[in-house]
Amino acid sequence: MDQAAGAPAPSGDTEFALAKVPSGIHGLDEITAGGLPKGRPTLVVGKAGSGKTLFAMQFLVSGATQYNEPGVFVSFEETAEDLVKNVHSLGFDLPRLIAQEKLAIDYVRIEKSEIEETGEYNLDGLFIRLAYAIDSIGAKRVALDTIEVLFSGLSNEGIIRAELRRLLSWLKEKGVTAVVTGESGQGENLTRHGLEEYVSDAVIFLDHRVTNQISTRRLRIVKYRGSTHGTNEYPFLITGNEGIVIMPVTTLSLDHEALEDRVSTGIERLDAMLDGRGYFRGSSVLISGAPGTGKTSFAAAFADSVCRRGERCLYFAFEESQGQIVRNMRSIGIDLQPWIDAGNLVIRSSRPTAYGLETHLATMLRDVQVLRPDAVVIDPISSLISVSSEADAKAMLVRFVDYLKVNHITGLFTDLTQAEGTSEQTKIEISSLMDTWILLKFIESGGERNRGLYVLKSRGMAHSNQIREVIVTGEGIDLADVYLGPGGVLTGSARYIREMEEEAELRNREDELRVRQIEADRKRKVLEARIAALQAECRGVQTEFDRFSWELDRKKQVRSEERGHLARMREADRTAGDSRKEHGGER
Amino acid sequence: MSNESDNQGRNRPLTAEEFETALKSMDSRYILRLYVAGMTPRSQRAIENIKNIFETSYKGSYDLEVIDIYQHPELAKDAQILAVPMLIKQLPLPIRRLIGDMSDEDRVLVGLGIKQLE
Repeated sequence: MDQAAGAPAPSGDTEFALAKVPSGIHGLDEITAGGLPKGRPTLVVGKAGSGKTLFAMQFLVSGATQYNEPGVFVSFEETAEDLVKNVHSLGFDLPRLIAQEKLAIDYVRIEKSEIEETGEYNLDGLFIRLAYAIDSIGAKRVALDTIEVLFSGLSNEGIIRAELRRLLSWLKEKGVTAVVTGESGQGENLTRHGLEEYVSDAVIFLDHRVTNQISTRRLRIVKYRGSTHGTNEYPFLITGNEGIVIMPVTTLSLDHEALEDRVSTGIERLDAMLDGRGYFRGSSVLISGAPGTGKTSFAAAFADSVCRRGERCLYFAFEESQGQIVRNMRSIGIDLQPWIDAGNLVIRSSRPTAYGLETHLATMLRDVQVLRPDAVVIDPISSLISVSSEADAKAMLVRFVDYLKVNHITGLFTDLTQAEGTSEQTKIEISSLMDTWILLKFIESGGERNRGLYVLKSRGMAHSNQIREVIVTGEGIDLADVYLGPGGVLTGSARYIREMEEEAELRNREDELRVRQIEADRKRKVLEARIAALQAECRGVQTEFDRFSWELDRKKQVRSEERGHLARMREADRTAGDSRKEHGGER
Repeated sequence: MSNESDNQGRNRPLTAEEFETALKSMDSRYILRLYVAGMTPRSQRAIENIKNIFETSYKGSYDLEVIDIYQHPELAKDAQILAVPMLIKQLPLPIRRLIGDMSDEDRVLVGLGIKQLE
């Protein structure tokens, strides 16, 4: 057994593949196919506030807590106390790790005004401190944040450069995996002082752009010697409990399970339009429309139906507060308050401009992870886009929608389109992500604006191609058929008039029917009377015939009687008896 | 080059009492600590240069303590040693740090506050 344990490393290690260590930064290992190069330094470049220090600290903390790789953090800018405080809010408990000897922090203070340079020197002090810290806890990871401070603290650049070169090759010799941070520079230089000259194995660039007063963070791998890596700019978040989280959109795979299960839309007639059974569970639904077309009402009806089934719904509102939504929806007969009280419905309201997009999505993802709802509503999704560039928003939304799908959470998103112009175009073209797309549109005719509903698409079901009119009443939302008139579809009063006309026409037809019925009755009676008369006549003829026939018979009888009598009288001549009779008769 | 064995007192700040007595007793007495990384020629040069400055160019009383951080790496962190050789002037105040082999005498004198910058 012992021999086996001490045997040469398995074949995997003898391959030429670059050994890597997990970075502990969520999503980065996916992009880099395994993490940072083991035993080599990685340069992390960015402007002030781009997250370099956090990157370095997260690398060390995850090494200490998850991979049994203690780390040394050499800080040139912040004191150990400040570092502890700054990352405490992100859930990193540095004092505990220090007490467990899994982490060491060394703050290197350089104050140019306090230092007089009087001749040749080197940075052995730094080497010795670092070596001492590494040896004291058996460190496998080192962070230098940010070593460029040397250039501003000391004036002899020649010495600094020579010492930096020596330091980094010394770190490689030591076999520690290092993260070296640097300020991004101007022009050709990646870093202000050309650190990339010394750290050439892997370079990661952190960007922090502010567009329209709202910041967005991005990460890009500039270089990774000997390894394949994603080359895109990946948006990343700094979250309250996980630190840096990269959303590697391109590593997504489309392999989530598709459910056959259906969920109601909350509107009976709309269910009917969608194959009679509503949305697919775990699908994504987009409801787009101009302002005032009733998007929120549809969202609320859906949320209500989710809660009615005893499921949980998470509702992100970016335009209205919880109180406002509850009040407004009560006016159309949807009472959400009981669901909120019961905990089935959670409404999260925030101003879209309160944070950047990445913060919004991070918060939302965390809420979804914690609450594990059956359905998620974002009302409206277009507000999120306003706080970011379209490309970012799309990338982030793809990630979010995919997360929901993988977890079989039905997502309903409302999208505010412009009142005019092409309404069949979502602002960031997210419709391709959506399984069902319902468009609410104003139909203007006869001096009225009425709401029309179209099902533009609904994957995997035979949906109606009809336009319906949305009727919002105190009892809720209903959909009504629309009529084709000479000027297109008829809605609102025109539809009402048309309905009245149809009803009147129907009534006319009923009246006519009734009249015809009466007429038919009368005719039938006349005919019946005639039949009766004819039958009576027929009977008369028979009677007459019968009497004639009887009379005839009677005559025949009488005649035969008479003849008999005569015969008897003639026979009296021959016999006495007979003759008397005959005689008496003649008298 | 005195009391090398006194490891305990090297890095602790002077107490108020010590400070007062030191202030009274010296006026011009320099308390210096020189941090070196091993007894390299450069380290020795630094020691020589300081001695020369205090004993020939500027005649003053001084206390020089030499600390080898190779021998005592744990001291380097607390004393904030980065570049070596590093000379720290503990007294008279203010504390000043000088790095290098002390070959630039003018700069050493300026750094120690003995000479003003011209």
